[in-house]
Amino acid sequence: MTASIEEFERAIAELETQIERVRKLTRDQGLDRSDEIAKLEELKSDLLRKRYGKPTGWDKTQIARNPKRPFTLDFVRLMFSDFTELHGDRLTGEDGAMVGGIARLNDQWITLVGHQKGRDASERHHRNFGYARPEGYRKALRLMRLSEKFKRPIICFIDTPGADCSVTSEEHGISESIARNIHEMFRLRVPIIVVITGEGGSGGALGIGIGDRVLMLEHSIYSVIAPEGCAAIVWRDAKRGSEAAEVLGLTPHQAKRFGIVDEIVKEPLGGAQRDYDAAAKSLKDALVRNLAELHQIQTEELLRSRYDRFRSLGVFHAGS
Amino acid sequence: MANGWFGKKRLPGAEVQEAPPSIPDGLWTQCGKCREVLFAREWERNLKVCTKCGHHFRLTAPERIAMLLDEESFVEIDGDLTSANPLNFPGYDDKIRRHGAASGLKDAVVSGHGTLDGYALSVAVTDAHFMRGAMGSVVGERISRAVELATQRRTPVLLISGSGGGARMEEGLLSLMQMAKTSASIARHHDAGLMTIILLTDPSLAGIMASWGSLGDVLLAEPGAQIGFVGERVSQQAHLGKVPQGFQSSEFQLTHGQIDQVVHRKDLRDTLTLLLEFAGAPGVA
Repeated sequence: MTASIEEFERAIAELETQIERVRKLTRDQGLDRSDEIAKLEELKSDLLRKRYGKPTGWDKTQIARNPKRPFTLDFVRLMFSDFTELHGDRLTGEDGAMVGGIARLNDQWITLVGHQKGRDASERHHRNFGYARPEGYRKALRLMRLSEKFKRPIICFIDTPGADCSVTSEEHGISESIARNIHEMFRLRVPIIVVITGEGGSGGALGIGIGDRVLMLEHSIYSVIAPEGCAAIVWRDAKRGSEAAEVLGLTPHQAKRFGIVDEIVKEPLGGAQRDYDAAAKSLKDALVRNLAELHQIQTEELLRSRYDRFRSLGVFHAGS
Repeated sequence: MANGWFGKKRLPGAEVQEAPPSIPDGLWTQCGKCREVLFAREWERNLKVCTKCGHHFRLTAPERIAMLLDEESFVEIDGDLTSANPLNFPGYDDKIRRHGAASGLKDAVVSGHGTLDGYALSVAVTDAHFMRGAMGSVVGERISRAVELATQRRTPVLLISGSGGGARMEEGLLSLMQMAKTSASIARHHDAGLMTIILLTDPSLAGIMASWGSLGDVLLAEPGAQIGFVGERVSQQAHLGKVPQGFQSSEFQLTHGQIDQVVHRKDLRDTLTLLLEFAGAPGVA
């Protein structure tokens, strides 16, 4: 059996430690060990190529959830300039699991909204592990309307296990906040590009997921339900998530096959977590290219295509 | 007014879930909530509401349509659409067959157009007796088409949820996309200045509520229905701890400002008529 991504990553980490040790020897003792280093580096690339070359749905799930992956604010820092964060939904609160603001992509102003996960314990808590609340979705909508007012395109970064299902969120209308966003995003009169950067968790993802283009990073997932949740329902065993991941069709490739996603954005070898700069560059190129294309389209045509794009999704039999 | 709402044919499904087998078929039924044994004829005359505790039994989609629309006015559309198994999801074909046979439905929705107190409208009803009313491609398509027909004919649309299953897992992302698709159709309907009425019945959860189930000009609910974002099982898994009493009931949602009114089944037609009148919906002459 193939090692899980986690086991594999542990092995790679050991290899990296070894490489670092040899490098240190070279520095400290002035010995030329470059041959050895090159060999080890080659071995590492080889292993990465093999393991990341044909990942399963479950592999993708693990990679997409890797806490070392770049999060929304990492991409913002690496791709945009003059980012100015804007807070609050102007109704009841501020949600750390959803960030947003204005920024420049090259010389063009855009508005950005996206889920935000945290790295350490306190930030994770502040970001609610990326589970956005009604306040987050309403903040996102407020900022998207701001963007529309000034005719700036909108970019949405999706990275959430799902929307927050706490009692408080229920009381504050989590369902309505997502439904409202989906509804309104079909009416926004500016181009929208959606990018799934990590986890595209169901309704929580879709709440900022309507756009003229939907892109997925190579090692992201987009799913109607978490594989573990699916397994708990189908086989009454949450531990069989790996099996569920294969049947749910949650990989970028599958999403593209059904026309749900337009483009898969290449990640550096071994995943975006290995090289933030390369990942950001790859995504930035895709954004710039797609925005340029969308700018050519008249507003009415843009809205019509957006409608048609989602209206056509579905597979069924017709006729008796 | 209540008499005759159910029409002539007896519809399968509604009793399947709630009537225990120990009670002789047909004559008697038992309330799923207060356990009172009810005389079936009287219970049916009472629109399948328990005569003792007021518990609203689940209705099938055909029952619901017969109850709300003017007699013989309903014309079903898109009845030929059936689910495919695009992901080859294990057991899905079989599940569709079994639920179809047990419920007499082709999928979890019945849609079409008709009149209500003379007002022309489109209607779509999801039915919990078929895969808990979960929304896959067929449900999404039929709801979108019903809304689009209403936009085209410039009539209101009435969408009734009996969906506890949310987006149908067996069709993966395609089901999630039905949330987008149905919401898009409703957005156009709103933009055309036409009315959308949502009626939430037991159960109405998850993907339905995070899309069309929340997008009415007016949201009505039957008493005691379970309405919410995630089902109880998921809440428990998410370690929410103790949830307040009546969490995710119609009354809970009313208290928290999420729906407009909780309406007893016997008053539904009257309430809907007033809304249609307010919207200035054209009647059929």
